[in-house]
Amino acid sequence: MKISKQLRTDITGYLFIGPNIIVFLLFTIIPIIFSFVISFSNWDYTQGFSNINFNNGMNYINMWKDEWFTKSLINTVVYSITLVPITVFLALVISVLVDKYVIGKTPVKLALFMPYISNIVAISIVWVVMYSPYGPITQFLKSIGIKNPPQWVGDYHWALPGIIIMSIWAGIGYAVLIYTSSIQSLPEELYEAAQLDGASGLQQFTKITIPLLSPTTFFLITTTLIGSFQVFGQIYIMTKGGPGTSTHVLVYYIYTSAFTFFKMGYAASMSWILFIILFVVTIVQWKFQDKWVNY
Amino acid sequence: MRKLVKIKVKKLNKKLIAKIIVTIIIWCLAITMVIPFLWMISASFKISGDVLKIPIKWIPNYFYFDNYKFVWNIGNIAPRDYHFALAYFNSIKITSINVLFSVMTSCLAGYAFAKIKFRGSKVVFLLYLATMMIPSQVTLIPKFIIFDKMGIMGTHWTLILPGVVTVTGTFLMRQFFIGVPNDLREAAQIDGAGEFRTFLQIILPLSKPAMASLAMIVFMWNWNNFMDPLVFLRDWRTFTIPVALTNFGDENITDYNLVMAASVSALLPVIIVFLAGQKYFIKGLTTGGVKG
Repeated sequence: MKISKQLRTDITGYLFIGPNIIVFLLFTIIPIIFSFVISFSNWDYTQGFSNINFNNGMNYINMWKDEWFTKSLINTVVYSITLVPITVFLALVISVLVDKYVIGKTPVKLALFMPYISNIVAISIVWVVMYSPYGPITQFLKSIGIKNPPQWVGDYHWALPGIIIMSIWAGIGYAVLIYTSSIQSLPEELYEAAQLDGASGLQQFTKITIPLLSPTTFFLITTTLIGSFQVFGQIYIMTKGGPGTSTHVLVYYIYTSAFTFFKMGYAASMSWILFIILFVVTIVQWKFQDKWVNY
Repeated sequence: MRKLVKIKVKKLNKKLIAKIIVTIIIWCLAITMVIPFLWMISASFKISGDVLKIPIKWIPNYFYFDNYKFVWNIGNIAPRDYHFALAYFNSIKITSINVLFSVMTSCLAGYAFAKIKFRGSKVVFLLYLATMMIPSQVTLIPKFIIFDKMGIMGTHWTLILPGVVTVTGTFLMRQFFIGVPNDLREAAQIDGAGEFRTFLQIILPLSKPAMASLAMIVFMWNWNNFMDPLVFLRDWRTFTIPVALTNFGDENITDYNLVMAASVSALLPVIIVFLAGQKYFIKGLTTGGVKG
């Protein structure tokens, strides 16, 4: 029997993707389906698999009455909408300055990038010590004349800002890296023309650099937003969600619900809420990419 | 004419001054960014009582290596459940297996999606793309249950089995192979080479830089992976560095010098690898490999 050419190509194709797709099905597709199914149950892992009760999506309704959940969601949103604009804006300014004016660009970029590649556990531990009442940050604030420096992660009002400052420090290197690599591809002639017309540095920045970099800015806002909604490591190490509920974020609540209290169904439904948020962010990026990118 | 030159010189001077000022500001900022690291290294060589002394002594009077000896349990001076050498071994083992296999599976599948016109390739690839939008927390809970049922909870299989394939890696390699001209492949096949031989002998040698970039980012994801080992591992003997460090921090958080020595130990490998393979690493990140 002769095998047709197309069939032969099909077999080759599936042999090539074989190992990949088996693992993909087992540990990505099946878990996604599984997670979706149990998100409609109030399954408690300690009760065993036979005691699974489906509750017609009541998880998705009841969670809005759960103060821990709503507080976590609010904290996550506050964290993200503070962190993302500051990170992206600072990164933009730094990148332009580094590219245009700075002597010794590479070491500067490396210094900014160090925290990004570092293990979140290690840098969180360092920041816990630095934020502590006798730590260097508090001592520094005292030395410049601030009488009652904040207790940072020990204080209800300062814990989230403390985490945000640390996270900006940890994440800004990535944004600078992406910006500097796009700045290098900007057309030099435009700047020369602007200089001939007598445009100041600031004018060049607002009239040329910002518009030309808008696709990069847009990409960075999306990726940073997606990352910030999933914040977990620094919360786990630095505050465990406390004091009170001040730093209790969504992924931390998913983690404790599932693996401390074993409420698998409820935790799964919260993880789908996280998905919906990230999905909306991604769709907005796709839909409005052309409109917001203004050139 | 002379006036014009004068203006130009003045402008140049102004530019130079601006450049120097901005350089100083940015360098100050860069130093601020690395201060936590410098402080960490400095504290890791101090005795416990000196860590928080004011003013900060950036270079300790005496380099106290015993912190590292304790953390690494050299000479059995530490209680049994901090064994950084073991955590290192576990991290290196899991990371290298996952890097090796995920680069292999990504190349194979990426090549097929890019070049082989098999039926269903578009649909399957779309399925891959769709899952990129789903956050890892969604699959964490079912994976926990599946691993528990499989009886591999607490073993390194929980990190290796799902780690040998990455959707992002498959996607990145496909993008790369699409850019490889078709004539190379066709020429090889006219000469009678089969698909696999073409891939192995013609295409793969061209893809070394792309593979290196992918290997770098997969290395970073695995080395720094925190949530998965936190959920799936239980025993200190199986801990990878991030969990071992968490465990160590929980029990010794007041011994800042020891915790800092442990943190330095945890950071060193990734920084060395990064400095060694910077070019590939940055290439990998700028082409879209943000998170696993």
